[in-house]
Amino acid sequence: MINTDDILETIHMIDDENLDVRTITMGISLLDCIDSDVDKACDKIYDKICHYAGNLVKTGEDISKEYGIPIINKRVSVTPISMVAAACPGKNPVRFALALDRAAKTIGVNFIGGYSALVQKGFAPGDYAVIQSIPEALSRTDLVCSSVNVGTTKAGINMDAVAKMGHIVLDTAKATADRNCIGPAKLVVFCNAPEDNPFMAGAFQGPGEPDCEINVGVSGPGVVRAAIKKAGDCDIAEVANIVKKTAFKVTRMGQLVAQEASKRLCVPFGIVDLSLAPTPAVGDSVAHILEEMGLESCGAHGTTACLALLNDAVKKGGIMASSHVGGLSGAFIPVTEDAGMIDAARCGSLSITKLEAMTAVCSVGLDMIVIPGDVPPEIISAIIADEAAIGLVNSKTTAVRLIPAIGKKAGDELSFGGLLGGGPVMEVNRYSPLKFISRGGRFPAPLQSLKN
Amino acid sequence: MHTVISVIGKDRVGILARVSGICAKHEVNVTDVTQSVTENLFAMIMLVDISKCDVPFSCFADELTEAGKEMGISIHTVHEDIYNSMHHI
Repeated sequence: MINTDDILETIHMIDDENLDVRTITMGISLLDCIDSDVDKACDKIYDKICHYAGNLVKTGEDISKEYGIPIINKRVSVTPISMVAAACPGKNPVRFALALDRAAKTIGVNFIGGYSALVQKGFAPGDYAVIQSIPEALSRTDLVCSSVNVGTTKAGINMDAVAKMGHIVLDTAKATADRNCIGPAKLVVFCNAPEDNPFMAGAFQGPGEPDCEINVGVSGPGVVRAAIKKAGDCDIAEVANIVKKTAFKVTRMGQLVAQEASKRLCVPFGIVDLSLAPTPAVGDSVAHILEEMGLESCGAHGTTACLALLNDAVKKGGIMASSHVGGLSGAFIPVTEDAGMIDAARCGSLSITKLEAMTAVCSVGLDMIVIPGDVPPEIISAIIADEAAIGLVNSKTTAVRLIPAIGKKAGDELSFGGLLGGGPVMEVNRYSPLKFISRGGRFPAPLQSLKN
Repeated sequence: MHTVISVIGKDRVGILARVSGICAKHEVNVTDVTQSVTENLFAMIMLVDISKCDVPFSCFADELTEAGKEMGISIHTVHEDIYNSMHHI
């Protein structure tokens, strides 16, 4: 049966409100590529990725055409490379990054994630070498993304890793200073990292995942904003209902694409990530949704409450629309990738401290924030520690993706272009956390009862 | 496979004829049509069966899109499942 209104609504969402499937990500396990001969291991990795994901891009394009839905990114995530590199002690793990980059270019995906290490409780063989090599790996490759999990609610926080990551983030920025410091835009430091996340830069195929699977990340901030705008002066419960209904429709589309991709590629369907992922494009902003709810500018008092409502309603609406939900699922707040956030940061309405509060109620964390290039590593580590602590205590994923802009100071601008966007350099609190960060050791796991 | 052809734009002579002509040329059977003209805005939704279509789906869709451009209207040709999944539980 044809319902003209439904069809016109869908077309309007896609043509005018930037509705899209943000990413189809194929997760591939590399555990069977482990070899003590690093050259053999790299060859196996390259061959396996090209074999499994050779048709990923074409399949994505075919589905996009048949269903009329833009599918923006086709990507691959792999087993954390530290697990593969562990078998090759003394060898430079950057060779694995080069193999991943080569495979990604051969199959035509736009990012490959998994140059990663999971070190929440301590460093296993391979972990330290991979972390140490991140600046070189990200400066010598174009498409490789890296992530390090430094804490979980069950294990606590590895403060030695936190201290190390401050240096790594800064060194990665320095190593790519000639390319607008793009390196750290591809590096995420997590607490409670999900194993099935389809979104970059933090995607990797966790050790508990199958050999291969399809994970899909949906989007649609523009659609949610338009729906709230259309509703006019309703009360806040009605706003939540509108977000739920819209999220349901958006997620059903993602579920359809995920199932179709899974069928055509003969790969099991993993999860749909119910996310509101913004882009720098006009009309594709999470900040604008918060402003549509009634804030003069994102970052104003009330922003955390609006974001909490949005994040919760997206999940409530989306969860019924998909058979399996996972990944990060919620609203993203990456500053440089969101036109409204960029404006709010420029006009001084949005600060890092407000963003930190927002991360307690959104899906991820301090994301794509440009900071001055002269911020010392211990301050970066302390920002990571704060963020990890929020994730730890609230049993949620948090992450830090900061970009130290080498040679720039607060108020200057840094631009990456494309989906990564650009934005103003934001000042941080300069009082020193050096002694705290230098202590190292393990931050104890929090109590999970006595919740009052 | 059922596909929905949606045509939106300024009304003019021959839109229906042109679209259904392309369908007939490629052995595509039209199973349902609804159309409305409100204040000169033409909106037509056509449900078609493309199981006997003599060209690949993408060529058929491209031909319709091109015809739309020539007539100054917007034509979307997509699988009906997208609408069913988004709007029906």
